[in-house]
Amino acid sequence: MVRKVVRGFYSVAHSVKLCRPDVICAYPITPQTEIVENLAQMYANGELGNCRYITAESEFGAASILVGASATGARTFTATCSQGLILMSEVLWNAAGMRLPIVMVIANRSLSAPLSIWNDHQDSMAMRDACIIQVYVENNQEVHDLIPQAYKIAENRDVMLPMMVCMDGYKLTHAYEPVDLLDQETVDAFLPPYDPPIKLTTKDPLTFGCYAPPHCYMEFRVVMQRAMERAKGVMAKVFEEWAKHVGRDWGGLIAQDHMDDAEVAVVAMGSVVGLVREVVEELRNEGKKVGLVKIRSFRPFPTEDVRKAMENVDKIVVFERAISFGHEGPVATDLKAALYGYSDAKVYSFVVGLGGRDIPRSLIKGCVEKVIEGRVEPGCYFEGVKEFEEVIV
Amino acid sequence: MKYFFSSGHGACPGCALPIAVKNVLYALEGKCFVVNPTGCLEIISSQYDRSAWGVPYIHSVFENAAAVAAGVEAALKALGREDEGHVVVFAGDGATADIGIGCLSGMFDRNHDVLYICLDNEAYQNTGNQQSGLTPPGSNTTTTPAGKVLPGKVGKKKDMVAFALAHKIPYVATASVAFPQDIRRKVKRAVEFEGSKYIQIHCPCVTGWGINSNDTIKVAKLAVETALYPIVEYENGELVRVRKIKEKKPVEEYLKLQRRFRHLFKHPKGKEIIEELQRIADENAKRFGLI
Repeated sequence: MVRKVVRGFYSVAHSVKLCRPDVICAYPITPQTEIVENLAQMYANGELGNCRYITAESEFGAASILVGASATGARTFTATCSQGLILMSEVLWNAAGMRLPIVMVIANRSLSAPLSIWNDHQDSMAMRDACIIQVYVENNQEVHDLIPQAYKIAENRDVMLPMMVCMDGYKLTHAYEPVDLLDQETVDAFLPPYDPPIKLTTKDPLTFGCYAPPHCYMEFRVVMQRAMERAKGVMAKVFEEWAKHVGRDWGGLIAQDHMDDAEVAVVAMGSVVGLVREVVEELRNEGKKVGLVKIRSFRPFPTEDVRKAMENVDKIVVFERAISFGHEGPVATDLKAALYGYSDAKVYSFVVGLGGRDIPRSLIKGCVEKVIEGRVEPGCYFEGVKEFEEVIV
Repeated sequence: MKYFFSSGHGACPGCALPIAVKNVLYALEGKCFVVNPTGCLEIISSQYDRSAWGVPYIHSVFENAAAVAAGVEAALKALGREDEGHVVVFAGDGATADIGIGCLSGMFDRNHDVLYICLDNEAYQNTGNQQSGLTPPGSNTTTTPAGKVLPGKVGKKKDMVAFALAHKIPYVATASVAFPQDIRRKVKRAVEFEGSKYIQIHCPCVTGWGINSNDTIKVAKLAVETALYPIVEYENGELVRVRKIKEKKPVEEYLKLQRRFRHLFKHPKGKEIIEELQRIADENAKRFGLI
């Protein structure tokens, strides 16, 4: 392992290369493009072995190419975000139903309209119900470490589902950070070659992607739910194995700080966790009983873990990077559902940083203090919004 | 005997699709991977637990068969398994010329080693005869119905042969279920070329076209003999072969056997459409030297 200052997109590309993918296929989209550009350069340099690198005619085509490749028994990779992810969505639902362990990095970016190339989580949240595992990372070391783990989880026979590794666009993809770059031996010792239980082969002809009338469709969806439930255990095991293997422990489906005696839990996902952690430390130093819960796996949702972690808290502050229009922040919804009947904690959901809006430390601290001091009712609020007049009313 | 496409599938009596599919699979001796988008063929052959396929088969969604096939091909190459078999797409005309044309263009452009077969029954027949880009002018479909004002489809049949040729792929041909030996020969010839191959096979649809179930071959033959469906073959962009017509028949002989064109013989604009179709046939005959 060698420590280097690299940009987020390189930390992804380097890690993907070490996982020995067979087919990489993508379509450029800001701010994901540099990930696949780096892979394309590695391909051009002959560094990817027998891997086929394909630039598709669209994200829809890229996802479709990977469906064919994955069903044929190839280890596959793609990266996308925003409009590209939404364009892929029809195929991704299909890939999940066909139980194809495609691994993809999402460089989280907002959705149009209005057009914005900057970061939030609206794109991956829109894929919430597709039966795709979603893990959010805090920094570029975590994304670098997570990619080999993602293959090991997705390709586990108890799982066999696509997996999205979500990293904040620009905030992580383009950030320079020191990263301990993995080497081939470390990854090879951790990640075995892909050996699918079934694949397209003339030696044993099978039919993939059948249609199912009402008498058998439902069972297919039942097993998908079971696979997601089993994924929780598989993920916990793989995360633990990784921590032992490389000596970096990123936690389980959630990670927590100061939660043992916390009265207020602050919940966040993605790159903002680093800032939230600092604010939590600051408040602790001021004598406030505040803890941090970092949600790593959003799907499967860590229901049991959050119940346990938040057993004794009175208030929960959630920082959301998305909104389910007509309801509230999606993380708050899931948290409340997980805690219903287990906890009477009040939930305060703050939607922040949509479309790359800056999230200053003062905003985070101000929200948490407001909740601690009882200056705000439980509910969902947009924070960091300026005064404006609506035009269409 | 080992089957490639078994009996017991759900095609309508007289359906042309199994004729085309079986001839392609026999020509390849079953040594192939089949990719099939949503459509007639998919729905008659791929119900869970009742698959008719004796070859590896994958269906993903409606508009991505060309891309899925590209992925299968790429994976076979990456895994060193390209000798296992050819990658073949069977796609309907709507999946090919309308909704799937983006993925098809991408696949052709990258020149993946895939044989793409368009089973052209000239409308969305799986769902009951809705107009596609390959529906001929004047055809009465449920989305271009003949009414007091409109005489069925207004517009042209998309020229997918020209589309394929524009991508400079090595092999492009048309065929018809009326000539199964020709289908087999073309398939064998096509797979001699490395890269993308396109064969468009004319497949009459008993229900959508409104023909007798024992007239499938007769109608298919008339489409060729009137020059409405020219049978052509291009290698590396050059026209190398056409099916000559011994005695060119007027288009009415083809039209009158089909319910989808019946209105043309009494509609105020019918005569105009029939003349247009005759003009298309005459131009085909001249352009390809069919006579």
